[in-house]
Amino acid sequence: MLFNTSRAKALCCATALGVAVLAGNAQAADTSACLITKTDTNPFFVKMKEGAVAKAKELGIDLKTFAGKIDGDHETQVQAVETCIADGAKGILITPSDSSAIVPSVEQARNAGILVIALDTSLEPIDAADATFATDNFKAGELIGAWAAARLGDEAANARIAMLDLGVSQPSVDVMRDQGFLQGFGIDLGDPNRWGDETDPRIVGNDVTAGNEEGGQRAMENLLAKDPMINVVYTINEPAAAGAYQALKSIGRENDVMIVSVDGGCPGVQNVADGVIGATSQQYPLLMASKGIEAIAAFAADGTKPMLTEGKNFYDTGVTLVTDHPVDGVESISAEEGMKLCWG
Amino acid sequence: MQEPTARRDDYESSLAQSPAKVAEFAQEPEWLIDKIQHALHKTPALVPLIVLLLSIAVFGALLGSKFFSPFALTLILQQVQIIGIVAAAQSLVILTAGIDLSVGAIMVLSSVIMGQFTFRYGLPPSVAIVCGLACGAAVGFINGFLVARVKLPPFIVTLGMWQIALATNFLYSANETIRAQEIEANAPLLQFFGNKISLGGAVFTYGVIFMIVLVMVLAYVLRQTAWGRHVYAVGDDPEAAELAGVNVRRTLISVYVLSGLICAFAGWALIGRIGSVSPTSGQLSNIESITAVVIGGISLFGGRGSVLGTLFGALIVGVFTLGLRLMGADAQWTYLLIGLLIIAAVALDQWIRKVSL
Repeated sequence: MLFNTSRAKALCCATALGVAVLAGNAQAADTSACLITKTDTNPFFVKMKEGAVAKAKELGIDLKTFAGKIDGDHETQVQAVETCIADGAKGILITPSDSSAIVPSVEQARNAGILVIALDTSLEPIDAADATFATDNFKAGELIGAWAAARLGDEAANARIAMLDLGVSQPSVDVMRDQGFLQGFGIDLGDPNRWGDETDPRIVGNDVTAGNEEGGQRAMENLLAKDPMINVVYTINEPAAAGAYQALKSIGRENDVMIVSVDGGCPGVQNVADGVIGATSQQYPLLMASKGIEAIAAFAADGTKPMLTEGKNFYDTGVTLVTDHPVDGVESISAEEGMKLCWG
Repeated sequence: MQEPTARRDDYESSLAQSPAKVAEFAQEPEWLIDKIQHALHKTPALVPLIVLLLSIAVFGALLGSKFFSPFALTLILQQVQIIGIVAAAQSLVILTAGIDLSVGAIMVLSSVIMGQFTFRYGLPPSVAIVCGLACGAAVGFINGFLVARVKLPPFIVTLGMWQIALATNFLYSANETIRAQEIEANAPLLQFFGNKISLGGAVFTYGVIFMIVLVMVLAYVLRQTAWGRHVYAVGDDPEAAELAGVNVRRTLISVYVLSGLICAFAGWALIGRIGSVSPTSGQLSNIESITAVVIGGISLFGGRGSVLGTLFGALIVGVFTLGLRLMGADAQWTYLLIGLLIIAAVALDQWIRKVSL
């Protein structure tokens, strides 16, 4: 031996220590997972993240979270997927900002043996992910459509309907809620994969809101200029509904127009309690995320893949109608109950 | 070939050959097209005004009373009020040959501060509003300081400030919307600009009136006061302005502070318009305000144009948006036509510029 023993001892100790530390780390981070949402700022995704973080902590999974900078920012999401592959994650939960553009990088992840679950928004095609955990958005629309028709009774035949949609690109969630509403209301759909091609004279028009108050207000004003006698308003989500309400209020019609919506966030459910929104379909982002983490844990343990809901090509995390004016034939919960289940 | 020395030094005789007239202004243009060019050069708000009147006439002819009614026409004013106010701020900055990408972010941050100070800390709404306005002015000061003193390009400074202000807005508010009902019940002052005056079918909100008064005051100040002329001078040629005795740095800083303050007022007006305080509002205000400014005929190269033109520019966008929606056209057509207008406006600006060469 050329080098002295004390140095060798020190070296050995250091190496042993290093190995021990590495082993310890490896054990704690045995299963790592990623959550990639559309944005960090939308309360829906804030809740989704909360659900995932809590469940990951409970199951001892090392969770990293990513998000696009703005809605529609799929480039950042692709970067996030690549980071997760490099990181050796076991599973990825992703809410794609662009259902199609993200598919090649998801494929790459699956080829690397990673379980990919789409949350809330499905990929295009839907089987590009191992599973999709989502709200049945068509059913969410159908519930408010059926409720609105039942509430109007015979007057439904003469309804004047405004459709406040999300965006001109017609993302799948947007189309499904819109078409579900029309089906529930009893209006013939044209192409079920597009909104705006229906010919029923009861529809005054479609306009886009970007899903926020400002857009909802402007869209409602535009449609009211077209026909001031609108009496039913479908809205893509509750912020858009709040904007529509402001527009109606400014012409003094807030009490004789029925607004329906989808989402079930706490301010939205509060608006149901206050009578601003007639009924809303509530979805459960926290549940989507925690179920997703459980699925990754199961996959990491023995390679089982998540099951889908029978008769559907995704795992349905449920949707419930929230209203204080229940009607026959449409199951619902009160705003008070909805408050307990809302995302907060 | 060399001339004889004697002749070369004979300055007097060469003087006799030079024209007697020392200098004169170009004659009044003779061709009609030159006359138009000249008139447009002298009155920069003329083009957007003509386009505005034409588009109102066309949509009025196509849609009749549905569009050409006091209700619909004042609705356009309501829909453009926020962008109109923000674009007035943007005009000031662009007149100095700068650009402010942070206008929308300052607006939203100010409105969130007004809302959160009232509801989170229980401050009286009037105090919260003053805090919001102060915040807007302070952010504007930072922009101005970095541009004028540290000599950073306005594009870079405001690009950074845009991100900083938006991030602060989301971090501070946790993206919580304060609902319209709460504000109405507890702090109606926040919705001040939402109050309205009805004249027949016409509806004017205080926000609309504020926008119009603001533009009038700015137009007057820019044309008639020393400060206003300094703003134009700085935008046209900062070095010449400096030599002429203009305090360029102070003028620039004052422009950015005023711009920030106006954006904060836009934030207050925004609460009046949408009723609630929503941190996700106004994400595209910077681009929309630049659009209004450009269509309104203010040169992006600084020193030329009128804030009245900006108001017309914002209204043109509003007329197109409502008119096309009433015709049932896909919203994409609005974007397409606005895009064409932007390019046409800049092309026209270049053509008008030639008159001064």
